[in-house]
Amino acid sequence: MSFNSLFLEPRKGNTAKNKSVRKAVSFLVAILTLSIVLFASFATLSYQWNWEAAFRYRLKFLDGWFTTLKISSVSFIFAFVIGSLSTLCSKSRFLPLKYLSLLYVELIRGTPLLVQIFLFYYVIADAANVQNRYVVGVAIMAIFSGAYISEILRAGIESVGRSQLLSAKSIGFTEYQTFRYVIAPQALRSSLPALAGQTANLIKDSSLLSIIAISEFTLNAQEVNAITYSSFESFFPLAIGYLIITLPIMRLSRYIEERLRYDT
Amino acid sequence: MKLFLKDVVQSYGGLRALDGLDLAVEDTSCLALIGPSGGGKSTTLRLLSGLEAPTSGSIVINGQEIGDDTDRRRRFRKQVGIVFQAYNLFPHLTALANVALPLEKVHGYSTTDAILKSESLFERFQLEDHMMKKPAELSGGQNQRVAIARAIAPDPDIVFLDEPTSALDPEMTAEVLDAIYGLIEGEKRIVIATHQMGFAQRAADTVALIAEGKLVETGPSKQVIETPNTPRAQKFLEACLDR
Ligand SMILES: Nc1ncnc2c1ncn2[C@@H]1O[C@H](COP(=O)(O)OP(=O)(O)O)[C@@H](O)[C@H]1O
Ligand SMILES: [Mg+2]
Repeated sequence: MSFNSLFLEPRKGNTAKNKSVRKAVSFLVAILTLSIVLFASFATLSYQWNWEAAFRYRLKFLDGWFTTLKISSVSFIFAFVIGSLSTLCSKSRFLPLKYLSLLYVELIRGTPLLVQIFLFYYVIADAANVQNRYVVGVAIMAIFSGAYISEILRAGIESVGRSQLLSAKSIGFTEYQTFRYVIAPQALRSSLPALAGQTANLIKDSSLLSIIAISEFTLNAQEVNAITYSSFESFFPLAIGYLIITLPIMRLSRYIEERLRYDT
Repeated sequence: MKLFLKDVVQSYGGLRALDGLDLAVEDTSCLALIGPSGGGKSTTLRLLSGLEAPTSGSIVINGQEIGDDTDRRRRFRKQVGIVFQAYNLFPHLTALANVALPLEKVHGYSTTDAILKSESLFERFQLEDHMMKKPAELSGGQNQRVAIARAIAPDPDIVFLDEPTSALDPEMTAEVLDAIYGLIEGEKRIVIATHQMGFAQRAADTVALIAEGKLVETGPSKQVIETPNTPRAQKFLEACLDR
């Protein structure tokens, strides 16, 4: 077996037999390389690993993981609603609404989430007298992610071709019907991959909520670190816990992209 | 059908796509618009079918003034069918849904009736096997026949077709032209922009030659195509013969 037949992706049209073998071997090599790099960097630390201590707090990890999942899911639903509304406003002919949406999107996308969390938590939530920090957390994430979703949906709407609009006009659709049966379904389809990516971002970004003491996954992991006087152990389950949610979402997004290639 | 266009101007920015077009056609069942590319055929069709309002001038079809009012033009579009060069079907819907959806949403058919009527059209155009496919899974000729089915499904008074075979290879062109001959036999009134002089002469009873945004010549198809009177028309038709 030559190097080529083991590691090189066959050229298009070339029907190589051992495709799955190549994939498996190459994937293993990639994983192995990554592990060696990681292992080597930790080996130089001469660090005393203490996995039992971390394992004792597994319920705390699980608890945080579920909290992250819940906060993210609820935030996503609100973010989608806010994003859709903002997109509709940005397409409105009533100019104040249009500028409101523009300001919202630009301000949110132009400032760090960390700054928004502080501002929202210490100024706005305080002024509005919201006590429950989880409500505040969901509100922040929804507003933050909503701006990105708004941009994604707007791009989706703008990707619907002129000929499609002419076609809708030609069969006598009203403006509303054109939106409902032509623009919205096509825009949503072309936005799905980006929306999936944004969902993964939302989940990862929610880790910043730890700074306002919301007991989500990241905060709980940090607490375990503190309680067990360890430095790294909790970060491994933390990374894996996020991957368990984000990897399937990203696979799903790839899958949807493949499926929809036919439709546009 | 009766068409009457008086001094019609259509400007896009600085460009006058139609520059004072006059055309009067009476008792015609199939009108063919011919002329060089960029001459204004598509623009004329968009105005006649009520897709756009003219910058100035007046358009009367079968005694009905098309006019400026958006709602009125939409109501007019409901009474006519329009077929585009690039089919313009909805890619996210099946072929059947492309035909049934306007019947249901625009013309008030029940879902069942809309589907039944659409199915009968798919049979008529020999597309039974393709009803559940998306446009991307169909050939150009099949898509164009679906588009024709969509246009005639609500039994329109007039069908407007804009170079329906220009994007197709010869074999598919033949199947689409057959479908159009079928419409003519079925007594549909038709206005078609076309580059195919043979088809224009056989299918149309009247021909209008449009160039540089103006009417050059109009008359019975055989006369205009075989013995054009104006030098501009002679030049265009000679160029067509060369190809
Ligand atoms: N929507 C539009 N915007 C700008 N220019 C246009 C538009 N539609 C047509 N035109 C211009 O108007 C002229 C006539 O075009 P068209 O009606 O498409 O001619 P034809 O169908 O005979 O080829 C062309 O110069 C074309 O570029
Ligand atoms: Mg044209």
